[in-house]
Amino acid sequence: MNDTPNTTRRGFLKAGLATGGALAAGGGGAAANPDPLITEVQPWATGLGAGVDATPYGLPIEYEADVIRRNVPWLTADVISSINFTPIHALDGTITPQGCAFERHHSGAIDMRKEDYRLMINGLVDTPLVFTYADLERFPRVNHTYFLECAANTGMEWAGAQLNGAQFTHGMIHNMEYTGVPLRTLLEEAGIQPSARWIYVEGADASSNGRSIPLEKALDDVLVAFRANGEALRMEHGYPVRLCVPGWEGNMWVKWLRRVEVMDRPVESREETSKYTDTLADGTSRKWTWVMDAKSIITSPSPQSPIVHGHGPLVIAGLAWSGRGAIERVDVSLDGGRNWQSARLAAPPQPMALTRFYLEIEWDGSEMLLQSRAIDSTGYVQPTKAQLREVRGLNSIYHNNCIQTWWIKPDGEAENVEVS
Amino acid sequence: MSKFRNLLVCTALASLAAAPALAEKLGLGRPALPEEIAAWDVDVSPDGAGLPPGSGSVADGEVLFSENCAVCHGEFAEGVDNWPKLAGGDGTLAREDPLKTVGSYWPYLSTVWDYVHRTMPFGGAQTLSDDEVYAIVAYILYSNYLVDDEFVLSQENFLEVEMPNAGGFIVDDRDGVEVPRFSQPPCMNDCKDSVGITMRAAVLDVTPDETAAGETASEAVQVAVAETTVPAAASAPDPALVAQGEKVFRECAACHRIGEGATHRVGPILTGVYMRAAAQAEGFRYSPAMTEAGEGGLLWDQTTLDAYLERPADVVPRGRMSFRGLSEPGDREAVIAYLRSFSE
Repeated sequence: MNDTPNTTRRGFLKAGLATGGALAAGGGGAAANPDPLITEVQPWATGLGAGVDATPYGLPIEYEADVIRRNVPWLTADVISSINFTPIHALDGTITPQGCAFERHHSGAIDMRKEDYRLMINGLVDTPLVFTYADLERFPRVNHTYFLECAANTGMEWAGAQLNGAQFTHGMIHNMEYTGVPLRTLLEEAGIQPSARWIYVEGADASSNGRSIPLEKALDDVLVAFRANGEALRMEHGYPVRLCVPGWEGNMWVKWLRRVEVMDRPVESREETSKYTDTLADGTSRKWTWVMDAKSIITSPSPQSPIVHGHGPLVIAGLAWSGRGAIERVDVSLDGGRNWQSARLAAPPQPMALTRFYLEIEWDGSEMLLQSRAIDSTGYVQPTKAQLREVRGLNSIYHNNCIQTWWIKPDGEAENVEVS
Repeated sequence: MSKFRNLLVCTALASLAAAPALAEKLGLGRPALPEEIAAWDVDVSPDGAGLPPGSGSVADGEVLFSENCAVCHGEFAEGVDNWPKLAGGDGTLAREDPLKTVGSYWPYLSTVWDYVHRTMPFGGAQTLSDDEVYAIVAYILYSNYLVDDEFVLSQENFLEVEMPNAGGFIVDDRDGVEVPRFSQPPCMNDCKDSVGITMRAAVLDVTPDETAAGETASEAVQVAVAETTVPAAASAPDPALVAQGEKVFRECAACHRIGEGATHRVGPILTGVYMRAAAQAEGFRYSPAMTEAGEGGLLWDQTTLDAYLERPADVVPRGRMSFRGLSEPGDREAVIAYLRSFSE
C-alpha cells in the first residue's frame, strides 16, 4: 500500500505539515523560485491522454477515491439491514451523484429487471390495475428536484456530540432530480372511491417496508420515479421504480415500489409504529411525524474537511433544507451562536430541495465555533439542541434538526462539539 | 430575499404551466386479477382486517421460534448482539435508554403478525405458513408475559389480546407544540453572554477510521485486477458459475461473510470452508451439534456441502443454522463454486 497516494484531505493536511508548507500564510506572497509545474513541460502537456471509450461509463478520477459512502459498523447488527452516509463534506453544489448517495436497506438492495417489474394499484378504486415498467413510461412525466433525508439523520447526536464528521452526523441525505409520473395520475387512472382517506405503499423486497400516507399528500406531490439525475435509478435506490414523498422522512420513499393500496385507514405497519416514532420524556411517543423540519449543516470546514490553506480568505460552505417549503435564509455564527450573519445563497431556493450557502470570510487563524441556522419560507427557525431537548427530552432518536457546532482550531482542524 | 421570493413565484407559475393536465384516463395498464390481488394484498390492520383463518399455540411457537428466530432474537426473544430484542423493557419508556420491544412498545398485535408473516425470518421471508405465524406470535406474547403457556392465538381471539402500550402514542403535535416556539424572529447579535464547549466528539472516539476504509477499497480493486489476469488453474471453479454463485450467496449473506476482511456474524466466516472439517472457523461459537460433527470427521466437500445446503437439518440435526435450504441443485452447485473460489 506504500505507493497508494494519500488522497484524504486529512492526509493532505498532515503531509503539508510534515513539509512545512501547508500552513504558511495563504496566498499573495511572492514565489522564491519558479514553479516547475509551470516552467517544465509536464507529461500531460507533451504526451497523449486516454482515448474515448477508455471508460464507457466514467467513474471519478483516482484522486477522489476518498469521496465515498461510509458506514458506522457499530450502529446496526448487519449491513443487509443498515445504512451508510453520503460524503457531504466533500461535495459541493446541491445535486448528489447517485454513486455516493447514501443507502438504507431493510432486507438488502434487490436485483430486479425492468421486465420483471409490476406495480399494482388496488383497494378502494373503481378498477384495480397492474402496470408494467413500459406502461409507466407512457404516462405524462414531470421533473422535480427533492431532498431525501432519513428520519434518523443526526439521530446519534441526541445524547451528545458523538461522530466526528459531517458525513456521519448529517450524511443520511441526498438530493436528486427525479423523473417520474405523479402518483395522482396513476390513482386517477384506477379511479379513487369516495371513502378513500389513505394509501398504503409497499416495496417488492423482503422487508416490503410498507407505509401509510394520507390521500391528501398522495394526490398533492408524491411521485412514482424511475430516473434520478437523468439516468436510471441505481439498484441501491430502488431500481427500477421508487416513490418520492417530497419533504417527508426517507423511510416513506418506498423503493422497488410494487403496490399502492387505497384505504380508509392506516395499516399501522412496523415502520410506522415500532420504528420512526418519537418517544418523549414522559414515555409517550409521537407517531406520524412525517415532515422533515428545517435544518442546515456547514459541510466545509468540518472535521473531515479541515482548513489546509492557512490564514486569509476562507470559504465556509454548507447545505440547508426544509420539508415545509423553501429555504428563506441561512445565518452563520463564528462564535458558537453569540453573533450571526446571513450567508449567501448560491441559487434561488427550491421547495423541499437542498440549498447551497456560502459565507466568505478572512480567517486570522483564531479558533471558531462554527454554526449555521436555517430559516424556511414558513418562518420556522432551526432550533438549538437545547431547545429541542426542552420539548422532546433526551430519548428521542429521529427528527433531530438541531444546530450543529464545529470547533475550528488554530491549526485548521475541526471537531464536532456541543456548546453552552 | 425579496428577489428570491419573486423568482420563486415565477418558478411556481412556470411549473404549474409545465405540469401535465389530463382530462381523461389513458387506458394504460390492465385490470388486476383477483388471484394477483390475493397474492400481494396481505397487509393486516389493527382491527384484524386481512388476518387469514388459522391458529397456533405457545408450545408450537417455542419450537418454531427456536428454529427460525432465535439465531438473531435469542431463545427467549432477548436479542443477540445488535439484533432486536422482542421481549422485556416493561416500564422503561420514560427512562433513559428505553427498551422498545413488542411487549413494551408495539401498540398493535396486527403489526407483529403482519411483519412476521411477510418479512421474517431474515433471509427467508414468506416461508412460514399462517398457522406457524400465529404460533410464533403467540410465543412472542408469552415471552413478554402477556399470555400463559397454554395460550393458543387464533383469528377468533386475536383482538382480545391487550397490548400494554396501545395507549402510548399521540399523533404528531409539532405544529402546535414546536412550530410556534421555533418561529420567533431569531437573535442576530449578543445572543448569549458566554459560550463554552460542553462536550467533544473526540473524547468518545467512536468515528470510523477513514484511512482504513480507503485502504480496504484499494485492496479490493487490486484483488479484482489480480483475479482477471492470473490464468485459472485447471481445477479452479468455472468463473461464470462462481459469478452465479455470488448472486445465490446473497441468501447466505444475511448471516455469513466471506473473503478479505470478513468477520463472524450470526454465522461463521466461510473463507476456506471448502475441503475443511466442519466447525473449524477460529473464534466462532458453534453449536454442540456442529462441533460434534466436525470431531466426527464431517468434511465440507462437494457432496456434504450439497446435502447440507439442500436441507441443513438432515446433515447436522440440532445445528443452529436456521436456513430453509436451497432446493435448486443449480443454485447449490453455483454457491459451492463460489465458496471454492475462496479456498486455497
